Amino acid sequence: MKILFFASLRERLQCDHETLADVSKITTAQDIVDLLVQRGNPWDTALENGKLLVSINQEMASLSSEVSADDEVAFFPPVTGG
Amino acid sequence: MISIQKADFNVQDEMDAFKTDCPKIGAICCFTGLVREFGDRSDLTGMFLEHYPGMTEKALHSIIDQAHERWPIDQVRVIHRVGELNMSDQIVFVGVSSAHREASFAACEFIMDYLKVDAPFWKKELTTSSDNWVEEKGTDQKRAERWKK
Repeated sequence: MKILFFASLRERLQCDHETLADVSKITTAQDIVDLLVQRGNPWDTALENGKLLVSINQEMASLSSEVSADDEVAFFPPVTGG
Repeated sequence: MISIQKADFNVQDEMDAFKTDCPKIGAICCFTGLVREFGDRSDLTGMFLEHYPGMTEKALHSIIDQAHERWPIDQVRVIHRVGELNMSDQIVFVGVSSAHREASFAACEFIMDYLKVDAPFWKKELTTSSDNWVEEKGTDQKRAERWKK
């Protein structure tokens, strides 16, 4: 499963993407967050944030949305374009 | 037409691109957004714009499709710049053509309002002392939500 991070979140994590090889315990986007938060600082403080947005295969989703092994899942802060 | 680009654009060229042989088109409404000072940040030197390639185009196509469903519009052109921009640079262009002005005025504003809340772009202010990611504004959400009424 491909995981992407953007903008302030990418900078805080010092990571723009990674591939999760073992997704056997992952059903929802929230499960990905829970897995990453276990890494501790800065993952916990950056991701445990009420403003975290998620997309699945480049479409807006919610943390309760289901994900599968071939999905591209992105996490990012609220958008500020225009 | 959707373009995500680093390069600047020329509004007159974009206007000219609408002018076809179609005699039914009576209106073209255009909006251009510029880099400006934020609040009291008088030390702002410019802006950096990041986006999510692929999702950005999908989101903009979806917004334009919704505009076509709501109003009798003809062509839509959206340009959004990314990368580093200077003060007063053009950031975004939205242009809509239609037979009558009501549709192009409304659709242009609708597309811009939804671009602000649904398209994955992020702005970072560049100042002489520090760089700061811009926080979202509740007023942008309210502007988009009023179209749901």
